[in-house]
Amino acid sequence: MDFELSDDQLALKEGVQAFCQSRFSSEKLHELADSQAMTRQLWGELAEMGVFSLGLPEELGGAGLGWVEAVVVFEELGKYLVPGPLAATYLLAMQSEGAPNKAASGEEIATLAVAGEAPHFIEHPELANAILVEGEEEVGLVDGPASGQLLEQAEVVPALDPLTPVAKLEAPLPPGEILEGAWQQGAALVSAQQLGLAAGALEQAVAYAGERKQFGKSIGQFQAVKHLCADMLTAVEVARAAVYYAGALLDDPDIADVGRAVSVARITASEAAELCGRHCVQIHGGMGYTWEMDAHLFLKRAWVLDTVFGTADTHAEKLAAFC
Amino acid sequence: MDLRFTPEELAFRQQLVDWLEEVLPSVGAPPDRMDWAGRREYDCAWQKMLYDAGYAGINWPKEYGGRGATPTEHLIFLEETTKRGAPYVGMNFVGLLHAGPTLIQEAKDEQKQRHLPRILKGEEIWCQGFSEPGAGSDLASLQTRAFRDGDDYVVSGQKIWTSFGHAADYCELLVRTDTEAPKHRGITWLICPMDIPGITPRPIRTIVGSEEFCEVFFDEVRVPVANRVGPENDGWRVAMVTFSFERGTAFISEQLTAMAQVAELAELAKKVTRRSGTAWEDAALRKEIGRLAAQLDALWALTLRNVSQAQRTGVPGPGGSVFKLAFASAKTKLCDLGAKLQGRAALELHESDDPTSGDFTEQRLYALSLSIAAGTSQIQRNIIGERILGLPKER
Repeated sequence: MDFELSDDQLALKEGVQAFCQSRFSSEKLHELADSQAMTRQLWGELAEMGVFSLGLPEELGGAGLGWVEAVVVFEELGKYLVPGPLAATYLLAMQSEGAPNKAASGEEIATLAVAGEAPHFIEHPELANAILVEGEEEVGLVDGPASGQLLEQAEVVPALDPLTPVAKLEAPLPPGEILEGAWQQGAALVSAQQLGLAAGALEQAVAYAGERKQFGKSIGQFQAVKHLCADMLTAVEVARAAVYYAGALLDDPDIADVGRAVSVARITASEAAELCGRHCVQIHGGMGYTWEMDAHLFLKRAWVLDTVFGTADTHAEKLAAFC
Repeated sequence: MDLRFTPEELAFRQQLVDWLEEVLPSVGAPPDRMDWAGRREYDCAWQKMLYDAGYAGINWPKEYGGRGATPTEHLIFLEETTKRGAPYVGMNFVGLLHAGPTLIQEAKDEQKQRHLPRILKGEEIWCQGFSEPGAGSDLASLQTRAFRDGDDYVVSGQKIWTSFGHAADYCELLVRTDTEAPKHRGITWLICPMDIPGITPRPIRTIVGSEEFCEVFFDEVRVPVANRVGPENDGWRVAMVTFSFERGTAFISEQLTAMAQVAELAELAKKVTRRSGTAWEDAALRKEIGRLAAQLDALWALTLRNVSQAQRTGVPGPGGSVFKLAFASAKTKLCDLGAKLQGRAALELHESDDPTSGDFTEQRLYALSLSIAAGTSQIQRNIIGERILGLPKER
């Protein structure tokens, strides 16, 4: 039994990290936040980097990697606040049989809408050109023309997260063509992003606690602040174990119940992201309440991500059924 | 990353399971917890059985009589023994998990030969004389004095929270041999026999009502210099090696027990009736139980990660503090939830030691110790903040 990342997996993680640092610096994110949130140019670079094709077989132009690698990559995308409908597009790429795979190449960009009573809220309406509909525990792909129509009808509204533009749709959503297994996989990817958000918020909070001085000391020297950071790290490490475990089970489902593991990942990562986002704002004090800091971006994204592929609450209820 | 057990690990598990199935039916119920003589006999008999079957000192090196098992095999051992209700390490805890490993690393050959085989066979019970009334979280400020007088150290002072202090044969004792040196540099580690004159253990009654540990008074106790482990004034370092011996496996039994308790909790919720229907029909409660199960499942994954890390590097990661902090909080929630579900039935304190009895009263009290013993949760947060996150030290 070996639950450590392999050297290849670590190298992949570092590669994505370096890419994100070069493309999604804090300055760039703030520039995006004040404009269109995500550009086709940047999306194309993500695709070129192989973000959407890493799970595809090599003969179809992918890297032939598994879900562990996928969650490792999504953790980094979360950590660097990379905007866009990443999980939905990844799922679409994985499920597209035709060649060329337009989702993998970055041409087709799928966003997610959640079934239920209207109005529906669609993320990244101006970037996306395909819609996945999340049902109770499944995900369906809406066909091209219908997707186009819905995206046209949706009306852009001011968004909570400046990096997640949303449009409101009053029309009913079709269930779409079911993508086998996508709901669970999507929940795992989103939990990995949430884990990354938590880790990113922690890193910024710790850096600020180390440099900010009050009463002649770094505020990180005070236990009141230090202990908030310790609680953040604890939440991150617990969630990381759960997220990697879920990834490993998606790759090797005979070991234990995948659904259970995914729910555990989704709950702990959701809790970690929200806790770390909040504490990050708090530790930055007055500055944490300002637009120019990144702190709010972590918390806002945490709130956004908790609404897809089942909320932490619905997963908690699912998990209770295992008890 | 590969979560599958290797053929060797599977074979180890099978061999262990076969043995447990063979012997466990002959192991009786544990004695009453205040029956110290009975407990000693019971725990030592089990230790002897482990010894005879080659499972004693599972993680001790082979050259010292242990099995030399890998961290993963250790995990498997704790998993199977816990799930099958085998006796816990009990009074052999300090000898097997603290004193023995310290002797292995630091003692002279003669000291090793004298004590290690007896610890493994369950013939020698040890206790720990570290904490003092004035030295808890700040352990290095301990003040129990030891003067050199000929071939003896003359020890005077008081220790506290000494588990099995009145039943043990030996004590791993930290004493101050230099009052002038900085506090970490004036401490010495001694093997102190508990039957020499001048030692008075006095049991401390805990909030559970039983007497799990003692305070121990030392009044001019003469400990031979030959009983010193490591150099004089180097005892702090000697004491710290024990901590690097623990490889992420310390709480595995407790964890598995807690996971079984969540199932008990759900069972209880399905039985407890509320104004309309059962407590289980309350969605908010189900979610609370679901979140708790998520924490414990995730902590199991964290343990797998910590064990894997130990297997690769030979030393535990800094994950121990993270684990302990999170586990204390999960166990507290679990017991609170259980006791609240029990309602007025939680007013009765059962004598049963069985944590999976579906009775949470005693466990709820016990859980209070988890955020205090072996480094309070506040100290764990300092460790995480300073050693893992690199925040500036307070002092």
